[in-house]
Amino acid sequence: MSVIYILLSVSVVVGVTFFILFIMVVRSGQYDDDYTPSVRMLFEDELVKEQTDTSKQTKTD
Amino acid sequence: MTFVTGINEQIKMENNTCYHCGDDCGNHIISFREKVFCCNGCKTVFEIFNENDLTCYYDLQNSPGAIPKEIEGKYDFLSQENIIEKLTEFRSDTIEIVTLHIPHIHCSSCIWILENLNKLNSDIADSQVNFGKKTVRVTYHSTKTNLKAVVTLLSAIGYEPYISLDDFKSGKKYINRTLIYKLGVAAFGFGNIMFLSFPEYFEVDEFWLEQYKPLFRWLMFTMSLPIVFYAAQDYFISAYKGLKSKILNIDVPIALGVSVLFIRSTIEIIFNIGSGFFDSLAGLIFFLLVGKFFQQKTYEFLSFERDYKSYFPIAINKIDKNSNENSVQVYDIEKGDRLLIRNEELIPVDGILINGKAKIDYSFVTGESQTVSKQSGDKLFAGGKQTSGVIEMEALKSVEQSYLTQLWSNDVFNKNKEEGFTNITNTVSKHFTITLLIIAAIATTFWLFVDSSKAMNVFTAVLIIACPCAIALSAPFTFGNLLRIFGKEKFYVKNASVIEQLAAIDTVIFDKTGTITSHKQSNAAYDGAELSTTEKSVLKNSLRGSNHPLSRTLYSILEAHNIITLDAFKEHIGQGIEAKHEAINMKIGSASFVGNPNANTVLNTTVHVSSNTIYKGKFTFYNSYRKGVSKLFNQLKQQFDLVILSGDNEGERDNLTKLLPAKTKLIFNQKPEDKLEFIKYHQSEGAKVLMIGDGLNDAGALAQSNVGIAISEDVNVFSPACDAILDASKFKELYRFIMASKAAIKIIKWSFVLSLFYNIIGLYFAVTGQLEPVVAAILMPLSSISIVVFTTIATNSISLKKSPSVSYKK
Repeated sequence: MSVIYILLSVSVVVGVTFFILFIMVVRSGQYDDDYTPSVRMLFEDELVKEQTDTSKQTKTD
Repeated sequence: MTFVTGINEQIKMENNTCYHCGDDCGNHIISFREKVFCCNGCKTVFEIFNENDLTCYYDLQNSPGAIPKEIEGKYDFLSQENIIEKLTEFRSDTIEIVTLHIPHIHCSSCIWILENLNKLNSDIADSQVNFGKKTVRVTYHSTKTNLKAVVTLLSAIGYEPYISLDDFKSGKKYINRTLIYKLGVAAFGFGNIMFLSFPEYFEVDEFWLEQYKPLFRWLMFTMSLPIVFYAAQDYFISAYKGLKSKILNIDVPIALGVSVLFIRSTIEIIFNIGSGFFDSLAGLIFFLLVGKFFQQKTYEFLSFERDYKSYFPIAINKIDKNSNENSVQVYDIEKGDRLLIRNEELIPVDGILINGKAKIDYSFVTGESQTVSKQSGDKLFAGGKQTSGVIEMEALKSVEQSYLTQLWSNDVFNKNKEEGFTNITNTVSKHFTITLLIIAAIATTFWLFVDSSKAMNVFTAVLIIACPCAIALSAPFTFGNLLRIFGKEKFYVKNASVIEQLAAIDTVIFDKTGTITSHKQSNAAYDGAELSTTEKSVLKNSLRGSNHPLSRTLYSILEAHNIITLDAFKEHIGQGIEAKHEAINMKIGSASFVGNPNANTVLNTTVHVSSNTIYKGKFTFYNSYRKGVSKLFNQLKQQFDLVILSGDNEGERDNLTKLLPAKTKLIFNQKPEDKLEFIKYHQSEGAKVLMIGDGLNDAGALAQSNVGIAISEDVNVFSPACDAILDASKFKELYRFIMASKAAIKIIKWSFVLSLFYNIIGLYFAVTGQLEPVVAAILMPLSSISIVVFTTIATNSISLKKSPSVSYKK
C-alpha cells in the first residue's frame, strides 16, 4: 500500500523539477524575445549555400 | 518621355526600383553588376556585402536596405571614455558589450546581416538581434576595435544606431518578471492541488483513501502556502491600500475571499472536518493572474514615456580657445561655451548665433513647420534643428535650464493619470462588496436561529462563493483583447485604463501641423506671369538637382518635361537655386534672392521664380490635409466638442473653415504652455479631453489631457510621451476606435450581469448551507472561463462589425 508514497513523491518531484526549470528559464531571459529565435533558426543553411554560390559567381565574373 | 501613361509608369517603377533600398531610382540610375541602385550609398553597401559573401541579404527579402547616411564626424564622441562607460553594458580589459537601438530593423534580412557582423569586422565576437525591441547586442574585442568603429560600420551598411541622451543614464535597465513568476507559482499549485483533491470529489469510502486523506490534505495545504503568501500578495496589498484611503476596490472582496478560503480550509483539515477548498483557492488566484497577464500588452518597440532626452544628442562639438574641435557631453555644456552645430543636428541649449547661415526648424518646439532664418547675434532656442550648413553658437544656458526643457519641469509630467480615476470594475465593486456583506450577515443571522452549528459555515461559504473572480476578469480580458485588436490596426495603446478613459471623452482637441496635415506640403499654387514652355522645362530641371525639401515637393508637383542639361547650376544654401540654360537665366528661391519688387509678408510658405532678372511669380504652398479629415470631423461633431489648437500662424484659417464643420473652434499661435493651460482650463470646467498631437510642442498638452494620442508617420521614429500612438495612415479611423472603446464598456457591463448570474447560483448553495468543495471547484472555473469566452467573442465581433476590410498584416 505504501506504493502511494512513492507515486506521490515522484509526482511532486517531477512537478517541482519542471517548476524550477521554468523559473530558471524565465530568469535567464529566454522569454524576453519570442520572435527573433524563430527567424534565426532558419538561417544556418542559407549562409552555407550562399558562400558556395558567390564564390562561383566571382570566379566567372 | 514627355508623356507617360499610368501603366508605363508602373513598369518603369518596377524596373527602376533600387536593388538595395527599394526606392524609385528616378532618372539617375546607377548600375552595378546588372543591378540598379538609386544612389552611390546603396551601391556601396551592396559592394560591401558582395565582397564579404553576404549577398544572401537580398535573397531573404527584396530590397531590405536603407540608404546609408552621411556620418562624417558625427560619432567622434564615441571615443570618449566616460561616454563609452555609460553606453556599454559590460566592460573588461579585452571585451566590451553594447546594446544599440536600430530603428531600421524590420525584416529577416536585417536579423541575418546584423548577426553576421563578424564577417564584416572580425573583431566583433558576437552580435545578437532582438527583433521586438529593434536592438542589436554587439560583443567586440575592445583591444582591436572600438565602439566608434562598430557604430560607423553599422551606419555604413545602412543600419545607423539611434543614440540619444536617453541612453546616457546610469544603471542597467531592470526587467520586471514578477508577474510571470507569480503566474508560474499559481499554475504549479493549481495543477497539483487539483490532482491531489480529485479522489475526494467522489467521496468513495474506500479503506486506503480514508487512510491517506490527511497526507493528501496536508500536501495541498503546503502547496497553497506559496500561492496565498506570494502569488496573491498584490491583492492583499491593493485591498489594504484601498481600505486605507476608504475605497472599496475590487481587490477588497478578492482578498476577503482568499483569506476566508485559506483560513476555513486550514481549520477544516486541522479538525478533520472536510478537505477544504484549496483547489478553488489555487484556481481563483491562477485565473486572476492570467487576466492580469493578458491585460499587459506591451509594445517593446514603442515607448510611451519619452521626453526631450530621447531627441537630444549625447554629445556636441565644442570649439575651445585654440579653435580645436572637441566633442563634449551635452550635460557638461556651460554658459559661454562655443558650439559647432552641423547640418541636421539639434541645438541642445539656448544660445547666440556667432557665425554661419542658420535656418532653424523649430517644428519640435513650436509645431511651426517653416524654417526660421537667423542672423549672427540672434538668439537660438534649444530643440531647433539646423537645416543648412554648419553654424557656430555660444551657449547661454545649460541643458536643463533651456526654454524647451523647462517645459518638463511642469508638474503634469510627474502626475500619474490613473490616479483619481475610478475604473468601471471598482465602481461596481463598491456596491458588490456592500451587498455581499449584507447577504452574508442576513444568512448567518438566519442560521444562528435555525441551526447555530451551521452559521459559521454559511458565513464563510457566502464569502467564498461570491468572491468576484469573474467580475475581476471581465475588464482585463475585454480591454486586453481590444488592445491587441487595436495593435493590429496600428493603434498602439499604452494600457487598458487608456481605453476606458477614451470611452468617456467628450472633447477632442487636435494639433494642426503634422496631426491633421501630413508632413509633406504637397499642394502648391502658382501665382504670377505665365511661364513659357522652355522656362517650365528649365524650372523643372533645376529643381531636380536640388535637395531642399521645397524643391523636392515642387519637383514632384510640376508636370514632366524633357531632361535637359543645364549649362550652369548653383545652389545658394538658405536662399535658392540659380540655373542657366541657353538664353534663360533662372533664379528660384526666396523673395529677396530672386529680387521680388513687392516682397509683402505673407503667412504661407512661398517659392519665387525669376527669369533673366524679370520677376515672374511665386508658388504658394498649402498644407495638405490628411485624407478623410473632413469626414472624421463630421463623424465626431455629433458627439464631441472639437478644437484645433495650433502653434502655427493664421495662414490656414480660411482653408480650415472651409474643410471642417462650422462648430470647430480654431485657435492659432499657441505656445506649448498655452496648449497645456487651455486643456487644464477646460478640464476644470468638467470636460474630458482627448488631445491628438505629434511633436514635442504638444508634449505638455498630451500629458495634461485625459487621453493623449500621438500621431506618427512612422511608429519607429520618436513620438512624445503619450497614452497611445496612432499610425498616421489610420488617422481617419479615429472615430471607430473611440466607438469601439465605448462598445467595450458595454461588453464589460454585460459580463458583469453574466457573472452576477453565476454568483446567484453559488449563493443559493452557500446560503442553504450545502456548499461542497466540488461545487465550488466547478463553479469557479466555469464562471471564469465563460466570462473569458464571452468577452473575447464580443470584442472580436465589435471590431469586425465596423470594419469589414481589416487587414491583419503583421
